[in-house]
Amino acid sequence: MTTRQSVLFDAPGPKAQRRILITNILGVLIFLGAAAFVLKGLYDQGQLAPELWSPFLTADVWQFTILPGLMNTFKAAAAAIVTSVVFGLLFGMGRLSHNKAINWISSIIVEFFRAVPVLLMMIFFWLLLGRMQIVEPADTPFYGVVIALTLYNGSVIAELVRSGVHGLPKGQREAGMAIGMTRGQSLRNIELPQALVAMLPSLISQFVVILKDSALGSIISYSELLRAMQIYGSAGPILQALTVAAVLFIIINFTLSWVANWLSRFLGSRTAGKTKPISAPPVAAKV
Amino acid sequence: MRKTRIAMAAMGAIAALTLSACGGNGGGGAGGGETGGGTEGGETIRIGIKYDQPGLGFQSGGEYTGFDVDVAKYVANELGYSEEQIEFVESPSANRENMLANGQVDMIFATYSITDERKQTVDFAGPYFVAGQDLLVSAENTDINGPDDLNGKNLCSVTGSTSAQRIKDEHAQEVNLLERPGYAECVTAMQSGQIDAVTTDDIILAGLAAQPNFAGKFKVVGNPFSEERYGVGLPKGTELCADINAAINKMVEEGAWEEALTANTEGVDYTFNEELNPPTPGDSCA
Amino acid sequence: MDSLSEYFQSYLTALETYDVVAALWVNIQLTFWAGLGSLVLGTVLALMRISPVPSFRWAGAAYVNIFRNTPLTIIMVFCILVAVFQLQLNLSSDFDFNFFLWAIIGLSVYHAAFVCEAIRSGVNTVPLGQAEAARAIGLSFLPAARLIVLPQAFRGAIAPLGNTLIALTKNTTVATVASVAEAAGLMKTMIEFRPDVIMAIFATFALGFVVIVIPIGLLTTWLSKKLAVAR
Repeated sequence: MTTRQSVLFDAPGPKAQRRILITNILGVLIFLGAAAFVLKGLYDQGQLAPELWSPFLTADVWQFTILPGLMNTFKAAAAAIVTSVVFGLLFGMGRLSHNKAINWISSIIVEFFRAVPVLLMMIFFWLLLGRMQIVEPADTPFYGVVIALTLYNGSVIAELVRSGVHGLPKGQREAGMAIGMTRGQSLRNIELPQALVAMLPSLISQFVVILKDSALGSIISYSELLRAMQIYGSAGPILQALTVAAVLFIIINFTLSWVANWLSRFLGSRTAGKTKPISAPPVAAKV
Repeated sequence: MRKTRIAMAAMGAIAALTLSACGGNGGGGAGGGETGGGTEGGETIRIGIKYDQPGLGFQSGGEYTGFDVDVAKYVANELGYSEEQIEFVESPSANRENMLANGQVDMIFATYSITDERKQTVDFAGPYFVAGQDLLVSAENTDINGPDDLNGKNLCSVTGSTSAQRIKDEHAQEVNLLERPGYAECVTAMQSGQIDAVTTDDIILAGLAAQPNFAGKFKVVGNPFSEERYGVGLPKGTELCADINAAINKMVEEGAWEEALTANTEGVDYTFNEELNPPTPGDSCA
Repeated sequence: MDSLSEYFQSYLTALETYDVVAALWVNIQLTFWAGLGSLVLGTVLALMRISPVPSFRWAGAAYVNIFRNTPLTIIMVFCILVAVFQLQLNLSSDFDFNFFLWAIIGLSVYHAAFVCEAIRSGVNTVPLGQAEAARAIGLSFLPAARLIVLPQAFRGAIAPLGNTLIALTKNTTVATVASVAEAAGLMKTMIEFRPDVIMAIFATFALGFVVIVIPIGLLTTWLSKKLAVAR
């Protein structure tokens, strides 16, 4: 990246360095000014009062609000990650199938669920399960979150599988055929394992999406971190509670993103495929 | 080859997980059904409350507080359950009927208004309080004295609330409605002057304004424009109704009822509707 | 057969009571304005990330890392809670329109991080020689970026930009937490009051989004092929 950037401008001379210094200072001043404006506004409204913030340092809030909320966030995300990977593998292989009917059905399902907003699906499955009474009423938000996240992210993973396999050199399959494997055998034994390694970084970025989107569960009353904090804040410190939630989400997702980047460098040498995030589909997926 | 086997093992594990998850749920459901029978003794009792309504039903730091909780504890005690035997369960408005039907809770104290429509699917004991939809305004406010003064004002309520729509339909068509996910957001907006009034049942408003963070800043207008009879939600066909009503009567007679009410609305310019309260429970038992 | 036509009849009455098209139109408007907003902001951020000024580079990277890792729901809630309720930054004297504008800002702020990364990936497709040539003829950073690098970068970034636009279209449903009356909120109300036709209601909204999203996908794929810089 650095070589790429430095090509856009010459190494700064003494005059340019002074200009850069001035711009640097200006940049910092602008940032500080904006921060001061926001903090002053919040201070004037009394939102910075220490007694509104101090509860979040007490063990009680962590034990009964933050940790249970985080647990629920992780529970929904973990369940959705497992089911989306299964969904993605099934329909990704479906889209690679040479059977026309399977290929066609998989394509329609994948394209449909990629086009429908996750929130719409969550609301729908939550209310549908509530009416059908097949799961405990208190669990309907959980299943609503997991099903919606699975259908959407599973479809994205299916696309990842497909482009992962397409990204492998043709020789891999040809080698499989040469030693007498069928197409399916070569797909399962040679191509998929390598494609999975190649798509691992993109897959982990997709897990960040799942974790982030699990916060939509707060809209359908699933008690994940965001909603747990909303409930705690309902006696007053709502702004503070949500700030803490935001910081926690950023830390967790940042760590996961960092792992994804690290993996893509680490795995680069281990597969014939490309570990760099694959072009078209995954970018949409990451949003 | 090795990788494939690991992948296969992973798939197997996932399948097993999914299966066991389903099995676990089935078992839980059956267990809930048993407690739903409501046998007295060493068993626990599961009571549905709200978790996010300070002053009525509120969970904070593992403690449950509020008027609903106090009445629930008193009634459960009269039915032979000690405080340790009570298990509080969150029951959001949308889930209340289902939770009773499935036996997930034995009874519900959660600002649950008795209506003819609901009576078709659940039984009610009580009422233990008669609330009315009302307005919360800033303590210095003098120009809003009822729902008819809201033309051109900004009114906040929570998503799916009926009282805001009622004001727009029947009292003030020019009102600006805003729906937020929780009342705390409405109240913070009112603190900064972006919102003129918040509407829902008067006791919910009073409970909210009684929170230490808001103390002395708001008042309940005291001009209710509806009648909400809070009942104890019970599964259809239960035998507990009469006992619960007796317990509520006792609570009122002993003065514990009024004590709980004042304690939970302390410091707020609010008096409950004395014509209708304390109510005489009983008419709802089948 | 009879029950089917009955179902269809009650579905039609549900459609008469609630204006689905108007709600979806709100989502389209949000998409359009937030799309413009995030494109402008994202381009500025991308410029900052490749600029010679370290503090700008640092700020651009920090912005992208923070907003890409925060749930959109939280960003939306903060727009309302902090900007409108606490700082009282009213963009319009019209009560509802104010929230609509803030929803656009929330959506723009979030998706700008993804637009920035899309453009940066586009910058990577521009061969080194192009930037070197720009420097050789004496262009400094901004003119080189404006005249040589960005025009080619945009053409190389159309596919990821299109994907961001599709994601934005779907994410406009989250505007419901900014108190904007749009499709997700309407669907919830409709199902609550007309649970008898729940399937048909969901199918209507889902198809509504499919009809909006699929043409965007086709168009960007076509554009990215047509405008690809031949190398």
